[in-house]
Amino acid sequence: MRPFTTHTGRGLPLDRADVDTDQIVPAEHLKRIERTGFGPFLFAEWRKDPDFVLNRPEHEGATILLAGPNFGSGSSREHAVWALEDAGFRALISPAFADIFRTNCVKIGLLPVELPAGSVRALLDAVVADPTAEITVDLESQLVSGGGVRESFEIDPYTRWRLLEGVDDIGLTLRHAEAIEAFERGRPMRLPSVARA
Amino acid sequence: MAPRTLAEKVWERHVVHRAEGEPDLLYVDLHLVHEVTSPQAFDGLRLAGRTVRRPDLTVATMDHNVPTAPGPEDPVSRRQMEALERNCDEFGIRLFPTGSIGQGIVHVIGPQMGLTQPGLFIVCGDSHTSTHGAFGALAIGIGTSEVEHVLATQTLSQARPGTMAVTVDGDLPLGVSAKDVILAIIATIGTAGGVGHVIEYRGSAIRSLSMEGRMTICNMSIEAGARAGMVAPDDTTFAYVQGRPSAPSGAQWEEALEDWRSLPTDEGAVFDREVTIDGGSLRPHVSWGTNPGHTVTIDDVVPEPADETAERALAYMGLRPGTPIREIRPDTVFIGSCTNSRIEDLREAAGILEGRTVRPGLRAMVVPGSMLVKRQAEEEGLDRIFTAAGFEWRDAGCSMCLGMNPDQLAPGERCASTSNRNFEGRQGKGGRTHLVSPAVAAATAVAGSFATPQDIGV
Ligand code: SF4
Repeated sequence: MRPFTTHTGRGLPLDRADVDTDQIVPAEHLKRIERTGFGPFLFAEWRKDPDFVLNRPEHEGATILLAGPNFGSGSSREHAVWALEDAGFRALISPAFADIFRTNCVKIGLLPVELPAGSVRALLDAVVADPTAEITVDLESQLVSGGGVRESFEIDPYTRWRLLEGVDDIGLTLRHAEAIEAFERGRPMRLPSVARA
Repeated sequence: MAPRTLAEKVWERHVVHRAEGEPDLLYVDLHLVHEVTSPQAFDGLRLAGRTVRRPDLTVATMDHNVPTAPGPEDPVSRRQMEALERNCDEFGIRLFPTGSIGQGIVHVIGPQMGLTQPGLFIVCGDSHTSTHGAFGALAIGIGTSEVEHVLATQTLSQARPGTMAVTVDGDLPLGVSAKDVILAIIATIGTAGGVGHVIEYRGSAIRSLSMEGRMTICNMSIEAGARAGMVAPDDTTFAYVQGRPSAPSGAQWEEALEDWRSLPTDEGAVFDREVTIDGGSLRPHVSWGTNPGHTVTIDDVVPEPADETAERALAYMGLRPGTPIREIRPDTVFIGSCTNSRIEDLREAAGILEGRTVRPGLRAMVVPGSMLVKRQAEEEGLDRIFTAAGFEWRDAGCSMCLGMNPDQLAPGERCASTSNRNFEGRQGKGGRTHLVSPAVAAATAVAGSFATPQDIGV
């Protein structure tokens, strides 16, 4: 996983609530069997509108997505976060993220930052007023600054550590190989097995 | 010991490793795999030279991409299904491919085989894994990175969720089904109402539901934003599981029963949140907008938009506030998906369609959740009722639940659908989805506009 320490970039103002993962990457684009190349399908339908924020020249190169609450609801498709990553995004800021989406983000080193709705509103307005405004998301100090906003954010210490170090989760778990084996020895025989199905 | 909830009990028995300041490491009893969210996970394993730790606790099927009728094949879909075949072959995983009798929607085949049992921890790279919670299992949807983690380690690290009780008491009125109950719950708590929580559905209205009905409810927990949904196991559960291919038998069945009876939430256990709904006053629900919280009862009108999201939704759906729901005319009726494609759903719809016909000009299809459901329905003669009424009778798959296979809506096409998501474009680009129960779907197919079975004289 790519580590995340601090990132400075411009914001993309996606001023919508309840953006679901079917909008982030529509189902027809989930057929790739590769991990890369999903960027061009990011918001594929909305993008057909030439006025959609992602098409606006003044927002080209934005790396921090600003969005309304309940971002990433719906399907568990990790393709949604791969598409955001592939399109150059490093951090997302919203008043609230859906659970599976948030987990998918932190698994690949894309930082989901939850800020109070008022601060997200201020950032959205600042970026619309001045698309060149730079925003810094600092995971070490847990602080978002820029666009007239300076606000700290919460993140659980374990996730923060994983992101800062860019750790490999599987490697981390395999340090508990003995505990896993011990657990397996204690599982009752009656539990279902696909081999017997 | 302090009184505990069902979710807490199931959680506790799966903890492999626990340390202060870390999420718990949980052991996975059953890992369900499908073609869309797994190829990159298998690639990850190959890249790191890892194997699948427990192929015997892993089962795969093809559902999202599969065509449900003969026709030209999409080579890209084919490639994804072939990748699953190769991966299962290479890593020794049991696969139910298209064309096999065991094939079906991943959340239909688990319970059908008896693999889904009370007290288990079940995961799948699919958000509707919550379906399996109907058995008193803890079942959660995961992303592809986590799929890889489970394949490699048979464990998943998870932060402890909150607990939430949604109690539905009272007798459900005639014509009100499990689908209406969950749509009403989502309308009450909102699409983010369950975020961070495992919902336990409780109360007499839930207890009186069949396993199929409970699965419908747990299935849409994710539409309320919840991590999982659960129903405490009881005699209805045990009767459903008993005798299925992977169910315990003999002395092990007795042992299992004793264990399962200890799972329900203890008297006096405290939930982090509690919501109560009066089941006796519920009505059939129909969604009007572009998220599952946008619903009203069939007796209502399309509401005035409360915010910008609702305004966008109305524009997308081509609806005007004040229009009675019963005056909205769908072009298509779809009965299927992991929410409502089990035998009981098909029986209910067929019961309404018997001796009636689909309104001319309307397209109607029914897609069983698995090939076994299809076979059972045919044995019961349901297929003949559907086709006589003018429905297409298809092979098993996700079908028109999502625009990933040939069954799709055309832009602007309006659909009464028993699926779970009415997001923009979910059933095909520009398609307009109205979520309903199988009963309302069947009655609507006959009436040509949204209707209850009572409306058409059932
Ligand atoms: S039927 Fe629909 S919701 Fe269920 S697994 Fe298939 S695509 Fe997902």
